[in-house]
Amino acid sequence: MATITFETESRYGARRFLGRALPYVLLIISISPIVLGYAWLIIATFSYRTEGLFPIDAEGNVGGWTLRNWEFLSDPAIWRVTLTSFILAVGMVVGVGFVSSMAAYALSRMNFAGRKSFLSLTLILHAFPSVTLLIAIFFVLNFLSKIPAIGQWFGYNTVGGVALVMISLDLPLGIWLMKGFFDNLSWDMERAALIDGASRFRVWWEIIIPLIKPGLAALAIFNFLSGWSAFLIPFTFTVGTKVANMPVYMRQLISDTAPTNWNMIAAVGMFQLIPVLIFFIFTQEMLLSVYAGGSKGGT
Amino acid sequence: MAEVITGSGPVKGQSPPSRWAQLKATLGAWGFMSPAVVLVLVFFFLPVIILFVISLTDLSSSNFSEPLTFINLENYTRLFKDKFFPKILGNTFFYVATTLSCFNVGMALVLALLTTHINRRAGFFFRLIWLLPRITPSVIYILMWRRISHQPPFGLINQLLAPFGVEPQYWLFEQPWLFVILVNGFVGASFGLILFSSAIEAIPKDLITAAKVDGASTWQIIRDITLPQIRWPLLFVTTYQTLSLLTSFEYILLLTEGGPGLYRTEVWALTAYKRALKTYFGHNQWGYGAAWGFVLVIIGIVMSIIYLRVFRFNELVQEPKIDVL
Repeated sequence: MATITFETESRYGARRFLGRALPYVLLIISISPIVLGYAWLIIATFSYRTEGLFPIDAEGNVGGWTLRNWEFLSDPAIWRVTLTSFILAVGMVVGVGFVSSMAAYALSRMNFAGRKSFLSLTLILHAFPSVTLLIAIFFVLNFLSKIPAIGQWFGYNTVGGVALVMISLDLPLGIWLMKGFFDNLSWDMERAALIDGASRFRVWWEIIIPLIKPGLAALAIFNFLSGWSAFLIPFTFTVGTKVANMPVYMRQLISDTAPTNWNMIAAVGMFQLIPVLIFFIFTQEMLLSVYAGGSKGGT
Repeated sequence: MAEVITGSGPVKGQSPPSRWAQLKATLGAWGFMSPAVVLVLVFFFLPVIILFVISLTDLSSSNFSEPLTFINLENYTRLFKDKFFPKILGNTFFYVATTLSCFNVGMALVLALLTTHINRRAGFFFRLIWLLPRITPSVIYILMWRRISHQPPFGLINQLLAPFGVEPQYWLFEQPWLFVILVNGFVGASFGLILFSSAIEAIPKDLITAAKVDGASTWQIIRDITLPQIRWPLLFVTTYQTLSLLTSFEYILLLTEGGPGLYRTEVWALTAYKRALKTYFGHNQWGYGAAWGFVLVIIGIVMSIIYLRVFRFNELVQEPKIDVL
């Protein structure tokens, strides 16, 4: 054990170098499918068609760069689905942000009958796989459709209904994250305001919310991305193209019976990816922590 | 941390609040809670009940308008007698076990060890790239994988392997399981990766330095120090991701829809979804699909409660900054 000498250091210099380089080599190999996938998407977006990673022109030679795939931008359909996606994303940001910061404030700051049970429930629901409830939620939405004023906006096959389902299923995560932010907040200012006779709601809105803006921003970015990229829930609870969001629209393009124009779809995908990548580049560290702390784990 | 708040009894040095004040405080708190409570009731509780009730009926799109007919547990017996039940059960086990061991835990652990052993910034960079699949909208992510595994001359794999003399083929069609696992694994690995690497970075440096002074090899350090130190995150990720894998089906739905052929890559959660909501012929068997789904719900509830106990989530339930002025 204790036979390390300086000799070994120099003799195994090459081995040590290998030991240094090996992790990098393995890591680069590990990310290659991700890099390849993205590389294909970018190349395909700007080419006539692709074979493997090579852009191919009409005669079958390498080459054939084109902007033709972006012609979909003049189709009103794309702007309608973009708007739907945007509404869903903003709905998620506002809905989850508002509802969960209210509940989290009460859970963090007030003592009331049922507090502990609700908090445990939040944790259980957070671990609970909500996708298993989609079948039953179909019936809930169908029922909501039948209620006169509400059904029109929040029933089956409406953007509001989809948003409502997505907000609800994201609440356990939102409440849990926000409660963490509230718990870390000193409560001196709040106490002063309360002693001065301000109402709880005013304190929450005028003092607390401004103080936890960073936390709200983190939750907002996370929710914007999940609303923007949502596929399964919009796909399940909408029919046809009227209320499709962008991922559902893309899915329809892919599974159309006509020969699929992969390069045009790639361009639509790229168009949808732009905001995702912008957030990704500018908020990396925050995203890493939110995904670790809260994510359902996807798969 | 460990202190647990019990009831809302009077606090030292304060006169006990009046009944009216107490009631007012509770009402105020529930006022804050009400939107969340309503949504949780409508979209978590009600659905669990509805799912159970429907699983006891023969509700389908052909008798939707008629009154409900209860057929007791017939859907459940039908489920077990289904010709494809053994196939689907086997698929589910295979899918969960393989993806979990190879990627969500295995790959995540290897990547966490690698990224914490290299330069800090470089490690962060690789972790970030691994987060990309999770953040990429699922439809686009699947589009990439479909092209990677596409038939010649379009597929990326064929082009890359051609110099090595590998016969070009339609990989997704020939090896559907390989790609179902890769697709899910590349998304799933980042969860464990992030948790494991922060756990590894939290290990006191002294421990590792001491081991190095004693002449321990890298492998010995990993086996005797790192792994025992991160056993809780390991256990957490394993159980948590088992449940996620068992119930998630979005990527399989997009990639293979359970095919190619009959039930080749169909898993339990996908069966429930397809039977109830997305059948090819528009004949939705809600009752039967609900029976498949309800089995998963039971597993989900039981496992979530186990987490709460095993991982002492109760201790996370901190004392509130209560209404004491």
